[in-house]
Amino acid sequence: MNAHLQPSGSAYFLSAETQKPERHTLSVLVDNEPGILARIVGLFAARGYNIDSLTVSETEHEKHLSRITVVTVATPKVLLQIKLQLERLVPVHKVYDLTADGKALERELALVKVAGTGDQRVETLRLADAFRAQVVDATTESFVFEVTGKPSKIDSFIALMVPLGLVEVVRTGLAAISRGAEGM
Amino acid sequence: MAEQMTGAEMVVRALADQGVEHIFGYPGGAALPIYDAMFQQDKVQHILVRHEQGAGHMAEGYARSTGKVGVVLVTSGPGATNVVTPLTDALMDSIPIVVISAQVPTALIGSDAFQECDTVGITRSCTKHNYLVKSVNDLPRVLHEAFHIARSGRPGPVLVDIPKDVQFAMGTYLTADEIGTSRHKSYNPPSQGDSGAIAAAVDLMLKARRPIFYTGGGVVNSGPEASETLRELAELTGFPVTSTLMGLGSFPGSHPQWMGMLGMHGTYEANMAMHDCDLMINIGARFDDRITGRLDAFSPNSVKIHVDIDPSSINKNVRIDLPIIGDCGLVLEEMVRIWRSKTNEPRTEALAPWWEEIAGWRKRNSLGFRNSDTTIKPQHAIQRLYEATKGREVFITTEVGQHQMWAAQHFHFEQPNRWMTSGGLGTMGYGLPAAVGVQVAHPDAVVIDIAGEASVQMTMQELSTAVQYRLPIKIFILNNERMGMVRQWQDLLHGSRYAHSYSESLPDFVKLAEAYGAKGIRCDDPAELDAAIAAMLDHDGPVVFDVLVEKDENCLPMIPSGKPHNEMILPDFAEDIGSVIDAKGRQLV
Repeated sequence: MNAHLQPSGSAYFLSAETQKPERHTLSVLVDNEPGILARIVGLFAARGYNIDSLTVSETEHEKHLSRITVVTVATPKVLLQIKLQLERLVPVHKVYDLTADGKALERELALVKVAGTGDQRVETLRLADAFRAQVVDATTESFVFEVTGKPSKIDSFIALMVPLGLVEVVRTGLAAISRGAEGM
Repeated sequence: MAEQMTGAEMVVRALADQGVEHIFGYPGGAALPIYDAMFQQDKVQHILVRHEQGAGHMAEGYARSTGKVGVVLVTSGPGATNVVTPLTDALMDSIPIVVISAQVPTALIGSDAFQECDTVGITRSCTKHNYLVKSVNDLPRVLHEAFHIARSGRPGPVLVDIPKDVQFAMGTYLTADEIGTSRHKSYNPPSQGDSGAIAAAVDLMLKARRPIFYTGGGVVNSGPEASETLRELAELTGFPVTSTLMGLGSFPGSHPQWMGMLGMHGTYEANMAMHDCDLMINIGARFDDRITGRLDAFSPNSVKIHVDIDPSSINKNVRIDLPIIGDCGLVLEEMVRIWRSKTNEPRTEALAPWWEEIAGWRKRNSLGFRNSDTTIKPQHAIQRLYEATKGREVFITTEVGQHQMWAAQHFHFEQPNRWMTSGGLGTMGYGLPAAVGVQVAHPDAVVIDIAGEASVQMTMQELSTAVQYRLPIKIFILNNERMGMVRQWQDLLHGSRYAHSYSESLPDFVKLAEAYGAKGIRCDDPAELDAAIAAMLDHDGPVVFDVLVEKDENCLPMIPSGKPHNEMILPDFAEDIGSVIDAKGRQLV
């Protein structure tokens, strides 16, 4: 039960939140139709939910199904609301809380542009090798690396590249899937 | 079987196939092909409104009073933006309406064409679902699906946006059965509640000492049978029944177990019983903030059962001990069946102390008011209107404000679908067009819009629609020359500084009615009120009835801001409501 905030003379009674926010990854199976992404994003915006990461792509072309992976931070009560509100949307087939149902596999891809000369380039390549990052573009003064892994691994790689001449980064956002034989 | 026709003809055909008899609309450039198709048939009657907002509220009134889907037809751009308020209203109150909006031709979408707007973008968050139909081949499926989605599950508004070239294009029309609309691949609303949960609920009901039924609009939406089953269950169990604003009529107002409405302006007995109960059985209501008051002090010692067709309503505001997801009517039937299998008698003796306590609260007479010989009290006016229409087939709509709450308190309903009001959104200007919609559906009934002089001016122009179609609606204006509820809150919270809460330059409503070709009646004398009401009811045509009432009457009882149910302001304290809320309480509204 939430302790109540003082003062309050409001008919819209506000109460202090006592639950701790958690970070959850939701997988949302939807019809791939125009406007579906706007519906999902609009719902998050309208109800004040957070989006930390969002990944969308068609996954079953013949059935016109897309999988949307959303990472959100919310209290358990709000997380349940997010799931139920998403399920109210007509084109949404199913919402699966990957975090609630055990440890899901989570991967992200980043393209990292680093510019530098001389010893810096050698050090850059050595670190890239350690992170299994591939060189996908090279000039005499720059590299573009492709690195895949958990978001934390990508964070570390990017942090290491900062003093070595990091120019810019693009990240795909999270793709996640449950472990084991069962599908969604 | 499959017929070739234009998109515009498909619209009219699909409406007829869905059993639509009346639609409310306003033509315009992009909608002309559909209007042309409407012109060449006589199955669907079109009611021409004066503003698209009016069309939306008429469709809501039509839907709420019949249980059928209300239909609106508007053009692109301003036609569509003008229905945003009714769409939001219907979404908040779970009213099934389908809005067909025309759009500029597909080739012009995105070019800032004349009367273009992003209709599906604008209405995405105020509809249950919406569609932009870019191919005539999708149109029959979308039209039938729109009706299916609007009326099933938790009902709500659906919008179908149809570009002008799609209206002209030829295609193959299919019926809902040929398409298989009811077997939707992702939309499958629940209906039957979990029988284990229902049995557990009945077990709790059999043990309860201080139970209460808290019912809402979901019972009305479930159909008239649900209200009958509610009555049966209430009589079997002997439990008291209260209802939200939206649920009024689902339980007879004359029944001895009826507690009156609950919530901010509900009765003392209903709110006290909600606060002190040990078992709350919520059937089709959603724990709105006007019901719960201060959430952490809301019914602190009760076990809570919540029956709702929308899973997202469960645990949204209030923690629920036993959720039952399903259609109210079906769940009620199952409850009756299980109750009967366990016992044949109401637990009169076990519940006697509870009823005794309730009787004590009732004695406070929380709806009481000081009547007057010289000025008409608004509550008195509604009571006289109720007495004058008793026994007739009467439908009441309202605007929003004090008059709405007084109507909810002092007009009593024996049946569902007789009370049309804007609950969730609180839309001033709802009542007059809603009354027009109700009268279209029930041409021989007495349809009365209980109004305030401020609200009614927001959609006054629809009086012209009523005159055109000879719809004898009665507009019962409780005229206090104030936005009464705003004035009351300013007294409560803002040191009686009446910022813009008075009605200046009011029209002469009698002359206004006459200008529209309707009848106008004014009354300011309590002694003449009954005769004036009789004259209003006897007139075979629309009437604007201007009742000049007490200007500064407060709407009581009231749960003041931020207070729990057991700290209501009762009429006895009505002398100085400015002292009720402390300084801290004024910071939020």
